[in-house]
Parts: sequence; C-alpha cells; structure tokens
Amino acid sequence: MDGSKIREALASMNERGSGEGSGYVAYGIYPDYKEYYALHVFFDNIREHKVPLENLLEKWGMIIHDEQIKTYEQPGLRKVHTPWRYFFRPNPSMMPKSTSPEEDIITSLVMKVNSERNGALIFSSGKNLGVFKAAGWPEDVANFYRIQDYKGYLWLAHNRYPTNTAGWWGGAHPFNLLNWSVVHNGEITSYGTNRRYIESFGYKCTMHTDTEVVAYLIDLLIRKHGLSEEMAVRAFAPPFWDEIDRMQQKEQELNRAIRLAYGPALMNGPFAICVANENLLCGFTDRIKLRPLVTAESGDRLFISSEEAAIRRIDDDVTNIRMPGAGEPVIGRVYS
Amino acid sequence: MGEVRINAKDMPYQVLNQRVRALVASGEKDIILDNVLGQRFIGDGIRGDDVTITVNGVPGGDLAMFMSGPTVIVNGNADHAPGNTMDNGKVVIHGSAGDAVAHSMRGGRVYVRDNIGYRGGINMKEYQTKRPILVVGGSARAFLGEYMAGGLVIVLGVDGVTPVSERGVGSGIHGGEIIIRGRVDPTCLGGGAEQKKLTEDEKKAIRPILEDFVRTFTIDPDPVFSAEYSKIVPASKRPFASKYTWE
Repeated sequence: MDGSKIREALASMNERGSGEGSGYVAYGIYPDYKEYYALHVFFDNIREHKVPLENLLEKWGMIIHDEQIKTYEQPGLRKVHTPWRYFFRPNPSMMPKSTSPEEDIITSLVMKVNSERNGALIFSSGKNLGVFKAAGWPEDVANFYRIQDYKGYLWLAHNRYPTNTAGWWGGAHPFNLLNWSVVHNGEITSYGTNRRYIESFGYKCTMHTDTEVVAYLIDLLIRKHGLSEEMAVRAFAPPFWDEIDRMQQKEQELNRAIRLAYGPALMNGPFAICVANENLLCGFTDRIKLRPLVTAESGDRLFISSEEAAIRRIDDDVTNIRMPGAGEPVIGRVYS
Repeated sequence: MGEVRINAKDMPYQVLNQRVRALVASGEKDIILDNVLGQRFIGDGIRGDDVTITVNGVPGGDLAMFMSGPTVIVNGNADHAPGNTMDNGKVVIHGSAGDAVAHSMRGGRVYVRDNIGYRGGINMKEYQTKRPILVVGGSARAFLGEYMAGGLVIVLGVDGVTPVSERGVGSGIHGGEIIIRGRVDPTCLGGGAEQKKLTEDEKKAIRPILEDFVRTFTIDPDPVFSAEYSKIVPASKRPFASKYTWE
C-alpha cells in the first residue's frame, strides 16, 4: 500500500505531536536494488560533507548508485538538511573475523558517521526499505517526501512530541539500524542504564533521545544473541518478581534467567513501542501499561496503533480489535 | 424541539465541539453526531440535565470530561479516560473503552457494556451527596480503582468473563468501594486494599444500579442479580497514615 492512508491515519492523531518531528518507514520500496543496503543520509551541506562520506563508504565497499532523495518544499517545514540515498555493497573481506561481516560493516559505519557528526547522519541503513523523517507535522513531512509515491508492504509512522530533548531531524522517529525500525510513544526512564549497557557492546547513542537504545537493544538481543522476538520483549518488559515466584518451575527458571541475564536491558518508564524488520511487525508496552496500544486485523493485515480511530482511518472493516496487556508482544509475520 | 444531527466525517474536533456547544447553548436537547472517528473532548464541560448527545462511531479520548448533567451515548468503542473528572450526568458506552476510564470522576455515572483497560476508576472521589459510579459489564485490567478516594466501581463479568484477573486492584485505595462479581484472587489485590464478601443488604443497596445497567444494555438480568459479589475497600480508615513522615 502507498503512504497516503498512512499519512491520513497519523495526522488524525496530531494532538499527540508538536510539529517538531514526524517520520515514516516503508518496507519493500527499492525492489530494483534490494540486494544492496539503502543508506539514507542527512547532509548539512552537499559541498563539504558529501565527499568525505563517500570516501569512507568506498573504503568499506562500493556505492552502486546514489541520488538526492526527492523532496518538495513545504511552507510549514524548514529544510535544514539535504536527504540523500546510497545503494551500497559492503566488502565482507574487510571484516574477516565477523560471522556477519556485511551487517557489522554497516553497523560500524552508522556508529562512526553518526558519532563523528561531520555534517552527515545515516538515518536509514536497511535493505529494500527507507526511513523518511524531518522536524515537522505528519502531513508536512509526508508531503515533503511525497510519501504517497512509495509503495510498501509494511509501514511504521510516528508523530513526535519531544519532552526531554529538543526536536530535530535526527531525533524524529522511526529510528533504524539495518532492517530494524522502531517507533515509540513514551519515555524510557532507564535510558542511562540501557545506554551504558548497549554502549558496552560497541553501539553509540548519538541522537539525543531515548528511543534509539531500543533499536540497538533489539539488534543486540535478536540479531546478535539470537533471542526470539518474544524473549527479547520479555527482557525489556519482564514480569514482576512476585509474578515469577508464582509460576510453574520451568517458567520460573526461564523468567529468572531472562531477568538476570538481561537486567540492564529492562526498560522502565512509560512506553508503547512498535518494532519492524523485513519479516515482522511487533508491538508491546511497558510492564505496567502506561501508554496505549490497540491492535486490529483485516484479512491478513495487522494494524497496531495508539488509537483505534487511526486504524479505522485506513480500514473501517477491521476485526479482532484488542488492547494487548502490559508487556505482551503482538507479532505479525510477513508471508510471501 | 426534535433531534439535530451533525455529520462529523473528517471534521476537526475543535469545530465539532464548538458546534455541539452552540447547539446546547441554543437549547437543543437531542444532538446526534454521525461518523465520529477519533474526535477528542466530545461533550467536555457541557451542562444541562435534559441534554442527550449520541455519538455514532469511535470518539477520541477524554469524552465527557468535566461534563455536568447531560447524557452521552456512544455507539462504538471509546478511547482513553471517558468521564474524566466528570461532575454529573451519564456516559453510556455500547462497546469497550481504553485506559483510565472515569479518571478522577466526581459525580454521575459511566456505564461500559464490554471491557475497560488499565486503571479504571483511578482517583475517583466523592463529597457529601456527590458519589460517582462506574459500571463495567465485561472485564477490567490491572490497577482497577487505583488511588481511589471515593465513589463506586462495579465490574460484572457478564457471560462468565472473569471480571478482574490482574494485579493492583485497589492499589492505594483510601475511600470508596470496588464491587466485583465472584471473588478476586488475593494476589491481585493492591497495597492498602482489603476484600470482603458483599452482604445481602449491601447487594440490595446496589440493586437499582444493576437494574438500570442491565436495562440499558438489554443484558439477561438473572445471572447478574443471583451472583455473589465481593467488595474491595481500604484496609483501614487511613491505610497510608504511616507514609506521612511528619506524623
């Protein structure tokens, strides 16, 4: 489906935002380049910052194609960055000790570029997907990128109301690393603990906001450590100890192990989060349900949103409308 | 005067609510809103005991907030906090509602035919003759009646649905009552809350409320009337006195 209905649904919840950050991610939009990593970059200015980035990319692989991401001036949006896309093929021989060299090259490039802050920011780095975001209202950001021109099989969209840090282009959601994308409503009060933990594995938090730790934690727990999505969510929003005490022994052991092994990945504070990769969409909330989350189905489609009304903007014939429990993951998988 | 209809399709909530207010101010008594989808704050702050607003669709959050007197009927699900700090009147939801239903409510009634989310009845209060009532036909999720200071919450679990099976029921309660069909698993009780069997006299006292509820939604009354109930109340007059360090 194209992005027009997504924009409409997101804009129907404008009360939840402040016009300081909105964004979209669509999966399946680059079929002609699907074997290459699509790097979306914000340049501060093309003349100074483009060549150094390209030199770095060419050191680690090959740029197959690059172009400016088409944008269309909006009166309500100040274009402070120039969005650019690269289709990039990393050279696996550059990381001989890694079991997943391509992904590790991309991850380290993203961390390096974004922490050095040299006028370039890689905000999207997956295959056959793209994040489109900026500091503005949902409609303005959508119109800026003409989001209706993109057809994806899986979408995330987000309207930001920054509370603890300033709104800026890089701080808009979705946050992306490789094929993972994350949108988040709320506030991760355990950010300090989570950040120290994730940075001990080499990730670098550079976006001045809490949500990016979620993207990196998911990459670590699921891609690197091989946990299932359900177990990763269990680590982020685990049951309380008194609930664990009342479980059957086997369940008890599992839940204790998760909490002990991944204590620093536990996320406190209010949150409702949606995570996607090329194969799945997963929504969950914090362990005491301090943020709303509604799920619904229509045929083989799964919708997850903060409000039922936003889902009905896209499809009014939805069934099985639910509000999942605290910490309960709702997972939709892509079947092709 | 007869009924007045507004087609709310794609109408911003500000425009819709201004129209509703203008109609109420001009003396209209029966206002029907069609194609409502996500509009917030419907019926907020309006007055008038003989005004009825019918919402056809799925309204946005904080429905009937600060409302004093009118009846709001929702033919659909409601979002978060319908009846927020409502002063008087009635909200009838033919569907389910989100989190924090009847949040800080201070008078009137909220009826939800199906289920409610987390923290239903949070911070409800009462004063002299003002006693808010929240009745839920289906089930409620965790932290029901959290920090309750007054009022009445009833969860019926019609059709054999377990009314409450999650933690924190009456967590921090220091006034009011939570009445639940059957018995709540003691591990679900929150700090400062105590469960007692509802006596026959107490059951008689709530009978008119239950009658009104089953009539409103045409629910089979017999299982509702014949069931046993428990009530969850503050464990003492001041369950949290020891929390105040200056005493």
